[in-house]
Amino acid sequence: MSAPATSGRSFAVFYSILFFAFLFGPLLIMTVTAFNSSSFPRVTPWECFTTEWFSVLINNDRLMQGLVTSIFIGIGVVAISVPVGLAGALALSEINPALRSALYTVLITPVLIPGVVLGISTIVFWGNLGRSLGGGAQDLFFNGIFLTIVGQVTFISAYAMLIFSARLQRFDPTLTEAALDLGATPGQAFRRILLPFLRPAIGSAAFLTLLASFENYNTTVFTILADNTFTTALASKIRYGTDPSLSALAVIIIAVTLIGAITHEAYTRRREAILGGAAARSALYTNPLGRIVTHPATIFALLVVLAGFAVWKGSQHEAAECKMQIMDEKRANQERLLEEQRLRMQQQPQNAPQAPAQPGTPPAGTNPSPFGGAFGNVAPGASAPAPATPAPPATTNPSPFGGAFGNVAPGATPAPAAPQPPPQPPADANPSPFGGAFKNIAPAP
Amino acid sequence: MSTRDVTLDHVSIRFGQHTAVNNALLNIAGGEFFSFLGPSGCGKTTLLRCISGFIEPTEGRVLIGGKDMKRVGPNKRPTALIFQNLALFPLMSVADNIAFPLEVRGVGRKERRKRADELLDLIALPGVGDKKVYELSGGQRQRVAIARALAVEPDILLLDEPLSALDLKLRQHMRTELRAIQQRVGLTFIYITHDQGEALTMSDRVAVMNAGVIEQIDDPLTIYEKPRTPFVASFVGETNSIPGKVVSQSGFDVSLDTALGRLVGRSAGGRQFASGQDVVLFVRPEQLMLDPGGKIAATVVKEEFEGSQRHLFLEAGNAALRVSRVGGGAELMAPGLAVKLNFDPGRSSVMPAAGA
Ligand SMILES: Nc1ncnc2c1ncn2[C@@H]1O[C@H](COP(=O)(O)OP(=O)(O)OP(=O)(O)O)[C@@H](O)[C@H]1O
Ligand SMILES: [Mg+2]
Repeated sequence: MSAPATSGRSFAVFYSILFFAFLFGPLLIMTVTAFNSSSFPRVTPWECFTTEWFSVLINNDRLMQGLVTSIFIGIGVVAISVPVGLAGALALSEINPALRSALYTVLITPVLIPGVVLGISTIVFWGNLGRSLGGGAQDLFFNGIFLTIVGQVTFISAYAMLIFSARLQRFDPTLTEAALDLGATPGQAFRRILLPFLRPAIGSAAFLTLLASFENYNTTVFTILADNTFTTALASKIRYGTDPSLSALAVIIIAVTLIGAITHEAYTRRREAILGGAAARSALYTNPLGRIVTHPATIFALLVVLAGFAVWKGSQHEAAECKMQIMDEKRANQERLLEEQRLRMQQQPQNAPQAPAQPGTPPAGTNPSPFGGAFGNVAPGASAPAPATPAPPATTNPSPFGGAFGNVAPGATPAPAAPQPPPQPPADANPSPFGGAFKNIAPAP
Repeated sequence: MSTRDVTLDHVSIRFGQHTAVNNALLNIAGGEFFSFLGPSGCGKTTLLRCISGFIEPTEGRVLIGGKDMKRVGPNKRPTALIFQNLALFPLMSVADNIAFPLEVRGVGRKERRKRADELLDLIALPGVGDKKVYELSGGQRQRVAIARALAVEPDILLLDEPLSALDLKLRQHMRTELRAIQQRVGLTFIYITHDQGEALTMSDRVAVMNAGVIEQIDDPLTIYEKPRTPFVASFVGETNSIPGKVVSQSGFDVSLDTALGRLVGRSAGGRQFASGQDVVLFVRPEQLMLDPGGKIAATVVKEEFEGSQRHLFLEAGNAALRVSRVGGGAELMAPGLAVKLNFDPGRSSVMPAAGA
């Protein structure tokens, strides 16, 4: 082994680790935060292992109502987009080549138009139509669910069409001709030959359109009107601050995805083995027990049972005792801080009028920003427990990124224990939109 | 006139400016094995698709069993087409493939299966009904495609180069097989190929096509021995072509001046030539014989040995000649050797030179 090869190899390993850390790091951290009892999604300080965030999630009526609405809309969108997409793809494959690119452009345009525009134009169009028709149409055309379905269908059906087009390109049109020649009517040829060939694409199209509908925000936020889908409810929840129930939601989504992906993988492997003839040779497949164990349905059932067990186990878990303990610790800490403060006030009577000006100094960690403190406020060091300072403490930073990466630097700036009035704006009161996000390297006063 | 007759009545098929089939006029008798032979792109598939109903003729009529097939769709014609790529349905089992024509006609499941098994027996593939198409070999697929077409109970079976994807051995085997099946079921077979061996071995009659035009329709022996046009002479089998000028003609015998001296050949189709007319004399390599008393003097360029045959390449009066002889026996001839050649005028053809 030559040296460059070895170093190239270690670079590749390093790079892969970095790559996977980048991909899966956030998911891992999110998963961990779902089980921390801290009322903020964070990993450190670790308080108690808890499953309460799952019940918080499930008891959130707004989200759950949104989920039902989303599923309803999703089913509607799939039911319309898949046939419409199929029809578009068939038209594309049948039309004469001169017109094909023109038709393609027309069909694909909705994907290129910003979702916001689609959303607004959907309301305007159906609103006008409803007003001019009057009567029952008016109610329907001002219904958020109806508007969202038609609004989403305008571009989601184009996704379905792309999937069908890709599959149709691999279809051998002589098969249809053969069916006709053998006496089938065009309808029979379509049902018996083309449709079975398209079946996998129908599955993918249904799945993809369901996902696209479910996760859509840009269009839905306009068309849903007063109603809520899961996505819009989630977005508004995040806007008013976050808690680990969102991490719990992420854990559920990850689990569902994993079960789906593993089952699908088992299914494709089995199919390949059978199609490729490897099944006849493999010991695993010739053995009846092996066949049952490797069957995708078995694997799916096993995973579901496993997940069900985890849920049951989790619901039995009681974190109250641990939380009580943490609460006590916190209270003790608080009291100690108060005590220190009282001592300091006695030592510095000349500063007395300033001290009560900050009576409600929020303790570190009650940061209202959505990311605030996700990674723990690592280094505020000396400056945090110095309630006597007139400057706002490092962690009350109101910027959206405030403290997201830890306020590393302020420890270096000596907290001005006795500032000259008027006080200089301290480094942390940085009004810039990135306030504190990239370290507040303060000019030392 | 039987229901198995096919008549092409002045059929022309055009795609825009391009004429794919030009004025085809022929009558195929019921129960005949009829082949269309021609190079790639000469319009064979187009003609077949026209008979089976996928293309309407631009001009002329297609008659099957004496009935005009205008506006009769492919699913309503008494024909079954075996496609160039077979077009077996990949998602169905072999039995379902074969029973498909019955399924679309509303025949019950049990009856379908019974018929499929009968047809599998006919093509000598019993017991493969439950296999998938991709589990069969090329030759087996071939036969399944035939069985599926036969399930329609057609009057006319149309085959578009069905053997072209097979290897040589299998191809030769399938030729005999196809011919045997045709004789067993007694249908009209219309067979398309660019392989003259296939056309000559299987067919009752062959139509040779060139660039959309049918140049000659005859039985295989006549096509080979008595080609009517320069194209047929050179496309079907090997041939030596010797240009010359007509000196005189008495009956079929044409005497002409060539670079090899004055030769006598047979007028193709009994044509009358004017003296001085530019013509070409065609002689098959196996008709040219080494003969010490022959009139044609030539020099050996090389001799190649090819198993059952050996090919002698010669030069005579600046023209290249080719002689085929039986393979075994004597030593190969050395280059540079001077030889004399002869041929039977009755086995040669004299035709007007191209463009004359
Ligand atoms: N749908 C079509 N549109 C335009 N031209 C066509 C069409 N189908 C065939 N042609 C043209 O007609 C001519 C004859 O085609 P055809 O398929 O009949 O040839 P072929 O004799 O079957 O050749 P091969 O032996 O390669 O299969 C070709 O020049 C082809 O380009
Ligand atoms: Mg062809």
